[in-house]
Amino acid sequence: METVLALLTGTMVAGSVFLMLGKNLVRFIFGLMLASNAVNLLIFAAGRPDTSRPPLIPQGSLQPVAAVANSLPQALILTAIVIGFALLAFIFILFLRAYQQLGTVDTEAMTNSESGNQDTAPSERPRP
Amino acid sequence: MPSFILRAANRILVGLILVFSVYLLLRGHNAPGGGFSAALVAATGFALFAIAEGPQPVRQALRIDPLVLVAWGLLLAIGSGLMAVVTGQPYLTGLWWPADATVDTPAVGTPLLFDVGVFLAVLGTILTLILHLEES
Amino acid sequence: MNGLLVAPIIVPFAAAALALLGRRRPLFQHVSALTVAAIHLVAGGWLLYQVHHQGIAVLHVGGWPAPFGIALVADHLSALMVLITGVVYGAVVVYSRAEISADDIRRGYYPLLHILVGGISGAFLTGDLFNLYVWFEVMLMASFALLVLGRTRAQIKGGVTYVVINLFATLLFLTGLGMVYGMTGTLNMAHLHLKLRAVADPGQVAAVSVLFLTAFGIKSGLFPLFFWLPASYHTPPVAVSAIFSGLLTKVGVYALIRTFTLIFPFGSSGLQELVLAAAALTMITGVLGAAAQSDIRRILSFHIISQVGYMVLGLGLFTPLALAGAVFYLLHHIVVKANLFLISGLIRQRGGSFALKRIGGMYARGLLALLFFIPAFSLAGFPPLSGFWAKMILIRSSLDSGQFVLAGVAAAVGLLTVYSMTKIWNEAFWKPMPTTETAIVQNRVSVWMTAPVVALVLLTVCIGFWPEPFVQLARTAAEELLDPMAYVYTVVGEMR
Repeated sequence: METVLALLTGTMVAGSVFLMLGKNLVRFIFGLMLASNAVNLLIFAAGRPDTSRPPLIPQGSLQPVAAVANSLPQALILTAIVIGFALLAFIFILFLRAYQQLGTVDTEAMTNSESGNQDTAPSERPRP
Repeated sequence: MPSFILRAANRILVGLILVFSVYLLLRGHNAPGGGFSAALVAATGFALFAIAEGPQPVRQALRIDPLVLVAWGLLLAIGSGLMAVVTGQPYLTGLWWPADATVDTPAVGTPLLFDVGVFLAVLGTILTLILHLEES
Repeated sequence: MNGLLVAPIIVPFAAAALALLGRRRPLFQHVSALTVAAIHLVAGGWLLYQVHHQGIAVLHVGGWPAPFGIALVADHLSALMVLITGVVYGAVVVYSRAEISADDIRRGYYPLLHILVGGISGAFLTGDLFNLYVWFEVMLMASFALLVLGRTRAQIKGGVTYVVINLFATLLFLTGLGMVYGMTGTLNMAHLHLKLRAVADPGQVAAVSVLFLTAFGIKSGLFPLFFWLPASYHTPPVAVSAIFSGLLTKVGVYALIRTFTLIFPFGSSGLQELVLAAAALTMITGVLGAAAQSDIRRILSFHIISQVGYMVLGLGLFTPLALAGAVFYLLHHIVVKANLFLISGLIRQRGGSFALKRIGGMYARGLLALLFFIPAFSLAGFPPLSGFWAKMILIRSSLDSGQFVLAGVAAAVGLLTVYSMTKIWNEAFWKPMPTTETAIVQNRVSVWMTAPVVALVLLTVCIGFWPEPFVQLARTAAEELLDPMAYVYTVVGEMR
């Protein structure tokens, strides 16, 4: 099980690094999604997945009746997914705005338009 | 113009989804469910509504600005923790009425309030995002 | 009375909710923000008083004992940082009254500011590694949104760089966290201190600690990971860049100090040498980068980097005096740097621009000149201002440790800082106002903008002339950091 997870995580990280190193921001988002899922898998593997029984206490008893899965990694992953989701929503909107304002999703083209707006006082800000 | 079938089905589906989200919210303390997942389900319902009818009818149906939902959700979640502080226990300790409630007897507690707060805050945030994106 | 530990966290969040409810009433938002900042400051002061007199305070949130639940812990370092956060918070809120445009307020400036401060306070107070991750995210999300609030081209471009690099840092942090959990089965920092000693393979621990070093290094702007900082810090409104420059990178430095004293104390892994080298290069590259700039806020942004180098130098030397120096430097730097950014806003008001070539003749404005002079030359380390003591402690401790090269670098970088500050002084104050440009010059600067600057200048002077109590607090903080057993016992108690 761990071997499979480790291989899968490795493949996903490799793919995500490939995507993130490209100069297209849309590719970067996909790379980021892949990477955050790879990290989630890593946390899951670190929690030593051994049984498939959910960590629930049946009605009427005070403790689990049989060995159950470790629930903490799942809680950590859930939190990480929630946060990742919120960040992703934000980054989508930001990149959409960047595309609308700068007219490109190419990071090199963005950097090249650097000159000329070093000093942007609020009074001279363009409004969308 | 959205499809007629979607609009017709929408009327039933959105209601069902919202009822299910409330069920998830109330079930949350002792079984899988809870404020966050309930809010996601409710947001799905409103998203369906927005796809079928457009964002403006959703705003009208909601009656209140989603950001107000976020604010009340935050206040409720923070306030539910403060009740324990008033009774001299650490912040966010769960308090139950009646205090000797078990799994089988119905009880109301601060974790439920916290869950409702989470529900409102998450629902408000997602709705703000969805409606904003639909309108732009 | 450890219940008060949550106050610095939940008060800003409640304020955010209130600001959302009154989002169409700017006046209500200002008043509530002022009130809340005052409460935050008082809570921070009270927390420091408690910690100083009764020892480390711990709160097990929800009544769950460590290491099962999340613990909030305040030792001297945490309490000092929360207090100084309150100071900057208050100054920025007052300043915002006059500086933030109605448009930005409508887009949610105040709620985001409160959430940012809530996240920063949470990061300073938490005793749980995963919780630290959550606070980092809260903080980052609010800072992303604040950074691009005005939606100008420059802001969005800076925002993209900032978001991309910081998200990557976050993923590294999360990876390290997962691995630490896999090795030890716990995420409570105090418990980790005990558990990681028992890990048989030191190579594994060292490898994971490098992940943390990289992640927090990106957050704090350490060489060679700082490129996102000067790309973004000069774009938002002045109040926002002041709170960013004062606090955001310092959360990274705080996390570095906490991690490498409590969780992975420097051993024989060679990491200490790496940190020292990074610190020296950070100081040098930051100050050289600043020398090449001609926009006030860009110069100041590069100086954040070089100053972070000094703090990390204190951590890397890892002696009681050096750590005390790092803590003292943090305090001095947050006040001075946030203030310099606020002053850059005053200069812009008077001169119409941040670009040095477009402004001049500020010398005639006596008060403004004085207000700039004190923090600028405190930053450069002129006696008897606060920066002098901070630099002196660090250089002294480098000499004590036999690190003569590092001491030389620290002194030389101080001199180069003087060069940058003199450049701003010459261009903005001595040089006559260029007549080719017709800039919008306002003759009256709002008292809302001057008052916080004056207050922070007075604080700088105060730290400069009476450094003793501050040094004493920093020394106590350093002792707690170097001997974390008191912290560990307070948090996990008898359970080991």
